[in-house]
Amino acid sequence: MTTTEVPTDIDRDTRLALYRQVVGLRRFEERAHRLFMEGLVKGTSHLSTGMEAIAAGVAEAMRPDDLTFCTYRGHAHTLARGTPMDGVMAELLGRANGVCGGKGGSMHLTSVEHGVMGSYAIIGAHLPIANGAAWSAQLRGSGQVTVCFFGDGATNIGAFHEALNLAAVWKLPIVFVCENNLYMEYTPIGEVTAVEHPAADRAGAYGLEPIIVDGNDPDAVYLEASAAIERARAGEGPTLIEAKTYRHGGHSRADPGDYRPEEEVDAWLARDPLPMYRERLLELGIDAEELDAIEQERQDAVDAATEAAKAGPLPDPESAFTDVWADGGSSWRN
Amino acid sequence: MAELITYREAVTRAIAQEMRRDGSVVFLGEDIAAAGGVFKTTKGLLEEFGPTRVRDTPISEEAIIGAAMGAAMTGMRPIAEIMFSDFFATCWDLIAVEIAKARYMTAGQVTVPLVIRTANGGGLRFGAQHSQAVENWAMMIPGLKVVAPSTAADLIGLFAASVRDEDPVVFLEQKSLYPVKSEVPDGELVDELGTAKVVRPGDDITIVALAAMVPRALEAAEQLQQDRGISAEVIDVRSLVPLDTRTILDSVSRTTRLATVEENPRLCGWGAEIVSIVGEECFWDLDGPLTRITTPHVPLPSSDSLEDLTLPSVERIVESVAKALG
Repeated sequence: MTTTEVPTDIDRDTRLALYRQVVGLRRFEERAHRLFMEGLVKGTSHLSTGMEAIAAGVAEAMRPDDLTFCTYRGHAHTLARGTPMDGVMAELLGRANGVCGGKGGSMHLTSVEHGVMGSYAIIGAHLPIANGAAWSAQLRGSGQVTVCFFGDGATNIGAFHEALNLAAVWKLPIVFVCENNLYMEYTPIGEVTAVEHPAADRAGAYGLEPIIVDGNDPDAVYLEASAAIERARAGEGPTLIEAKTYRHGGHSRADPGDYRPEEEVDAWLARDPLPMYRERLLELGIDAEELDAIEQERQDAVDAATEAAKAGPLPDPESAFTDVWADGGSSWRN
Repeated sequence: MAELITYREAVTRAIAQEMRRDGSVVFLGEDIAAAGGVFKTTKGLLEEFGPTRVRDTPISEEAIIGAAMGAAMTGMRPIAEIMFSDFFATCWDLIAVEIAKARYMTAGQVTVPLVIRTANGGGLRFGAQHSQAVENWAMMIPGLKVVAPSTAADLIGLFAASVRDEDPVVFLEQKSLYPVKSEVPDGELVDELGTAKVVRPGDDITIVALAAMVPRALEAAEQLQQDRGISAEVIDVRSLVPLDTRTILDSVSRTTRLATVEENPRLCGWGAEIVSIVGEECFWDLDGPLTRITTPHVPLPSSDSLEDLTLPSVERIVESVAKALG
């Protein structure tokens, strides 16, 4: 799993793009957490802090018209496809200028124009739905590939198994990415799963290769995702990738995650994808000034998105009654 | 010209009509292709449209409904079969929590034009797990349209309207009606959702029924007329969502009395909603109690003698209506 050697077949621009993604996602999640603690983000929020390399690496390997399906922990995956930070931050704050007009919230981020086909908050439910999008691409001959992200906890729900089987039988152009952050909500995944690797050890049951990647290494994720997407686009069917990673924070909201052993947390913090990747880029000869400039640009973008979100109007009260039906309304009787 | 066909044949004809018209219509489900459907409602579709558009699936209801949803979100118009409506319980998350809410949660970014067709209801002695009438499950979820035809012609026309609708439609075929023949006009049939139909005019009471309860209500109305001189108007609701309250309210305003005949169990059955609307909006026109004739609040038994006691019978409709009229 651990990639000790530095991959050589990634060009400089791609690496800088990956770095820009990881930095931007980190700054965004830190800000989302702060706004939650300040009471501006209501309800709940599930952050990808520490896990950004996966969303970044996969998104960089995708074509603009490819499709993403996210979970309720979907800020990073939504942003990584190019969804503007303003619209995502405003959605977290429940404002009219949010990507879903304030009707989706943190757990249901969607931006169809960026290929983000929704964030689904029932564990495992979106794997079968993502299959449908892949089936549609196959029927339409569009060449689109669908990527479906989910957590380790989803591997123990029925929908995961139904979806993997159908995807394999129908040879669908889809890539399933399991973000194994070692905890299903608050419980260690190992305590409730019959196998060591919750996704990879199940792959064989569906005729798929067991693939485990270092989810804290943007290069490794990018290469693995690129290969899987290429196979899917070539008609060779689905891939299941298990990306090992770690949440820096708790499951949701203000959960400090203090059910996790200190030494485990420390070990993973030492493998924080952001400073690790910066270190790698410096070793590869990229100037610190160039990386600093990227960091500054991303910090500015988060600041601007925060201001735009705070300044955004509350949703029109009428919008509570729109878009139940395709005619735009909510009427069920004459 | 018209011909007599079975409700079963109407299903095949309806699917074929829409698949011929629109290449984006695809059909998936368990045993629907090579086997022609467990109720033989889909015979010949595989031969006409091929295995790409008519697709057998594993016994994976979540995978079936999920595939239909994802395809509908991305340009296709899928028809998904759930073999028995009882199996909705195995994929209810996809139907009620994913499909029904996708458009609303995304502020209209996502549209889900699909039809979930299923064999619903009792009368075939299948017992408690293959006989449920679940129209009220679907009706209570915002975002789902719910259609349940009682005749072959209505089935074809309402099915076509469902496939062409931009919203998800739960299409309930009452399985005891499959062998029943009725007249169907030639040519393409396209009906309109949200339209109830007065299937027998009358003056003394309005009987509102759905699916297999419609022929029973009609027979009861005939007996009431013959034996007791009571003139009952019978309305086939056809579509629970959208609901044609106008036709029902107009009728009750005239007849001044209402009875509903429901196959679903008593609590929160669709008739309760109609009774409530009539009670609120038609109260001053009423001359008698609002009457609900339903399956009692029990699971359905298997034995024919017991099942016949639970589903609303012609006799029970006659007695209940006569009692309502005093």
